Amino acid sequence: MSDDAVKIPPAVSGVGGWLDDRFHGARGVRVLMRKVFPDHWSFMLGEIALWSFVILLLTGTYLAFFFVPSMQDVVYHGSYTKFDGLTMSQAYESTLRISFDIRGGLLVRQIHHWAADLFMVAIFAHMLRVFFTGAYRKPREINWLIGVVLITLGMLEGLFGYSLPDDQLSGADLRITEAAFQGIPVLGTYISYFLFGGAYPGTSIVPRMYIIHVLLIPGLILALVAAHLFMMFHQKHTQMPMKGNTEKNVVGQPFWPYFLLKGQAWFFFIFGALAVLATFVQINPIWLYGPYSPLNISSASQPDWYMGFLEGAMRAMPAWEINFLGHTLTLSVLIPFLLPLGLIMTGMALWPFFEQWATGDKSFHHVNDRPRNAPVRTGVGVGAVCFYGILWAEGSNDVIADHFQVPLYTITWIARFAIIIVPIGAYFVTKRICLALQRKDAAIVAHGYESGIIRQMPDGEFVEIHTPASEEELAVLNAKVVPPALPAPGSSRGSDGNGVPAPGSRGLMGWARGVANRAFQETVEAEDGHGGDGHAEIGHGANGHGANGHEVDGGDHAAVGSGSSSGSGSGSGSEGSAHD
Amino acid sequence: MSLNIARRRRPAAGYAAIAGGLVVVGTLYAGLSGGSAASASAPSQASTAVAHGKSLFETSCSSCHGLDAQGTSQAPSLVGAGAAAVDFQMSTGRMPAKEYGAENERKPTHFTQQQIYDIAAYVASLGGGPAIPDAQQVSTKGADTALGQQLFSTNCAQCHGFAGAGGALTYGKSAPSLNVATPRQIYEAMLTGPEAMPVFGDGTITPSEKRDIIALITQTRDEANPGGLSAGRTGPVTEGLVIWLGGLGFLVLIAMWLTAKRKDHAKAEPEQQS
Amino acid sequence: MSEIPEGPHRVIGTPSPTPTAVDAPSSSSSAPAEPPAATDPPDTGHAKRAERLVAALFILAFVAGCGFLAAYVGLEVGQSDIPPGADAVVAALRSNLALGTSLSVALLALGTGSMIWVRHLTPNIEIEEQRHDLKSEPADRAAFQKEFAEGAAISQVTKRPMLRRTMLLATAPLALAPLFLLRDFGPLPGRSMRTTVWRKGLRAVVYGTNRPLRPSDMETPGSMITVIPEGYSDDADALAKAGVILIKFAPGELHVPTVHDGKTQLYGMNWTVDNIVAYSKICTHLGCPVALYEQTTHHILCPCHQSTFDATEGAKVVFGPAARPLPQLPLGTNSDGYLVALSDFTQPVGPSFWERG
Repeated sequence: MSDDAVKIPPAVSGVGGWLDDRFHGARGVRVLMRKVFPDHWSFMLGEIALWSFVILLLTGTYLAFFFVPSMQDVVYHGSYTKFDGLTMSQAYESTLRISFDIRGGLLVRQIHHWAADLFMVAIFAHMLRVFFTGAYRKPREINWLIGVVLITLGMLEGLFGYSLPDDQLSGADLRITEAAFQGIPVLGTYISYFLFGGAYPGTSIVPRMYIIHVLLIPGLILALVAAHLFMMFHQKHTQMPMKGNTEKNVVGQPFWPYFLLKGQAWFFFIFGALAVLATFVQINPIWLYGPYSPLNISSASQPDWYMGFLEGAMRAMPAWEINFLGHTLTLSVLIPFLLPLGLIMTGMALWPFFEQWATGDKSFHHVNDRPRNAPVRTGVGVGAVCFYGILWAEGSNDVIADHFQVPLYTITWIARFAIIIVPIGAYFVTKRICLALQRKDAAIVAHGYESGIIRQMPDGEFVEIHTPASEEELAVLNAKVVPPALPAPGSSRGSDGNGVPAPGSRGLMGWARGVANRAFQETVEAEDGHGGDGHAEIGHGANGHGANGHEVDGGDHAAVGSGSSSGSGSGSGSEGSAHD
Repeated sequence: MSLNIARRRRPAAGYAAIAGGLVVVGTLYAGLSGGSAASASAPSQASTAVAHGKSLFETSCSSCHGLDAQGTSQAPSLVGAGAAAVDFQMSTGRMPAKEYGAENERKPTHFTQQQIYDIAAYVASLGGGPAIPDAQQVSTKGADTALGQQLFSTNCAQCHGFAGAGGALTYGKSAPSLNVATPRQIYEAMLTGPEAMPVFGDGTITPSEKRDIIALITQTRDEANPGGLSAGRTGPVTEGLVIWLGGLGFLVLIAMWLTAKRKDHAKAEPEQQS
Repeated sequence: MSEIPEGPHRVIGTPSPTPTAVDAPSSSSSAPAEPPAATDPPDTGHAKRAERLVAALFILAFVAGCGFLAAYVGLEVGQSDIPPGADAVVAALRSNLALGTSLSVALLALGTGSMIWVRHLTPNIEIEEQRHDLKSEPADRAAFQKEFAEGAAISQVTKRPMLRRTMLLATAPLALAPLFLLRDFGPLPGRSMRTTVWRKGLRAVVYGTNRPLRPSDMETPGSMITVIPEGYSDDADALAKAGVILIKFAPGELHVPTVHDGKTQLYGMNWTVDNIVAYSKICTHLGCPVALYEQTTHHILCPCHQSTFDATEGAKVVFGPAARPLPQLPLGTNSDGYLVALSDFTQPVGPSFWERG
């Protein structure tokens, strides 16, 4: 902005000057103010999590003023007269008090719980965005790992949070947690006794969970969120593949004033959405669940959604317990407790490094991938989402059975098979769809769109005129980056020409790397409508290419057809590419 | 069967069923308070009631339960079943059953309360079984809802859910919602253990404790939801759906607006910093 | 069909083309031709309307905010603060509705107002920031490494291994101290997980009312009730293991097989009284109370993970993740005819654990 057009208000020169005298901040703050924020809706998902967390801190602090983290029994004589004379813990009683005796208490409690649910939803959605667009690639691997830790912490924080009121539903969850710990070999019973201060349920768990819930985990989350944001700031945002966006720049609107205003709007929208939910949709009605007793249970006992996939794994697992050298190994608890969590969390943590290893791609990436342009990643991602989703659905199998009149065991049997078959099937189907979409892109790049105009040629032939794609679209369509091929052992390009295999391609690991690399290599090459060098030309018009377009039209369909019918995913890079 | 389910799932049908249920409830109360003599234990009219009940039984029930209610391969013997069981099954419309099966759904009944009493009197006359509770026995006046909560949580919630919304059982069976059951039907269900439900006789849960449970159930179902819509009081599964579809869905739409390309063309400004 | 489309089709996932893209394809390459940036958006009429709309939304937010304060002051909750006879639940509902609605309106109006402000009242300026190499210049890197190594050398830590090792040695016990401090978080389990408070002669009383039972109290086949050891109704730790369900069967229905583990009897008909059998209520899978007893199928279903046990045959598992049947409590009667335990459970109840064997 031109300096002479704007008058500097005295507050800026005065107060700003006063501060700058002491902190030398003008230069640094100026950099901050001009920080560029690229615009894309999916970039706002992480921010939902951030603002939800802020709202959680605010509402949580308020609730902490009234909540009594004690399992001491009291006889209830409060406003909820239905329970008059009932024995309950102070934790439960104080939660009833928050709900019925404190103005706004119920509202704040409901905002807090909805915000916790939204926090986890936003984290997952943000994680899926980062995964499917490849935004975790070099140099952002560490930030991805921080994200994985934040998801784990968020789940724990939520579990401890909704267990605090000591109501019947969360007590059932706590009992399951305790029993799952017991199933751990060697240390299980000790972990359980140390966590609960002795036999279950004891009187220690609520105060212990409380301090973990209000201090330890929020502190860790806060520190990691700060690190997450600092790294994002320092390494600058990624951006979507668009015209003008390159690996060397970042294009968008500056923090001051655009993003500040947008951030303010976004915060109010998120807070507003949570307020709407808290006003009109009841959440965690602990007065209906009743106080906890280890001998009581309700049908349809479910955890909050983010623990649902663990619950589903527990439900789908067949009975399996073995005696191991005189000790009990409870596989029907251990496997569902550790395997899905381990697969998903470890898989997430290792994926960026696996991808680097398999593709050999060590370059920096600041422009995101379109999901279709990374078929293996997108396929694996969709497979993982299916794996998670099936477990999640199985976690509510009794509710599904009751509402859709399906026998309970049938759902479990379906889940037991689907958990293996569906993710694998989803991988191959997704990969094929990605390649088909790539083919469509390549056709558009080469020949533009069907305009719907039919012309009759002098010789009587009918052709359709194609309009070229715009520059903006071509920038998106041409944004595909295919990882370079690794030299594969045994193939002619794997050796150095003298029959000596390249280092790193030997042995079992080398073989595995070769297989993975070939899968990553699979792509659709740009269409070569003019017999050129394979690089699609930009801007060739419709005029004069009618006959050509006609041909390609058929070629396009043929290519898509071959894409969907060829089932083997092991072909080399040129498999399925459409040359006309 | 599936057609029947589809019809029941339709909201209008649901309201109609509730309205029908309310009519039944009203008639039941009128029948109970007005004609206490209709109770199966009343001896004066017993013989005529039994005779009348027997003829009704022969036309409506005997095809499955046998001419002398001794049971057939399709349906159990009713000797010793008692009047309360007959009243529960018939007033909830479960009997006469549409088809043979382990579970029958609640539906409007085509019998008057008097006819049901007569059949109940006939079945009771065959020997034993719990009697129909009178109005005093199912009155919730002065009941201890705190004890009711405790007993409900221990003995009822495992199948019917924390708020009596019902829940799934094995092999496609389900525990019904308690929201349309009358106090007398709840009492009779505890006493007789219809279908898969176990029996909670007076020896384990006394009549006064049964009233406490009924008071808890009726008070809970009439209670407002202070936090807003309860989505059927089914627990965290619906909450999860709401936050994904409603919460995230709404915010993604807003985010698309927030970040949509502006119509006025952007001025590019090159970076000025060194 | 015959109409010629003005622009090219749009691909889902691509940005909508800006109007100038087709007309002036060279505009982007000649960036300096742009006029200098102004602080006002070009269309003043449009901006004026937007300003009024935003102000109206902010006033709405102000009114709603005042409504929130008024609702807080005006709507009391809690039995002691509302008129006698009024329902505390309804009072909470009203308060929540009033506070929540006003808060929602205030927040959403603020958000919408801010949004229209930034989208319609500011000029549309995009800036381009150059990325710089994240890695340092080789010279910087070398200088850093040199300085670090020099500092380490000055500190003597590399030169004097004895210092280094003794320092590490000194921190070792302190590093272990937190682990030791965790020790008093709870007692060691010992054998406590193998036993419950049931013992010979202890009466079974109904959970919730503490009434002892005679076999005649469960006359009707299909009866079921949850019982606890007498005198432990307030001891949650004891109940978490000692809860028991009693189920009554018709004569001939119950076939609990006699099972021995070595010399110890685990199941048997001799532990039933009058066709009443006692099973642990704690699921052998993950400890939920199993109580969905179906008297028609004689199945006991766990509502948490759907392990299903057949009550007629020693609670053997018929479906689900539980690996072991529910332990049976030896049941008898005392001289007064009340149901009592003949002994504790003869096997650990509840979920499996490593030391269970």
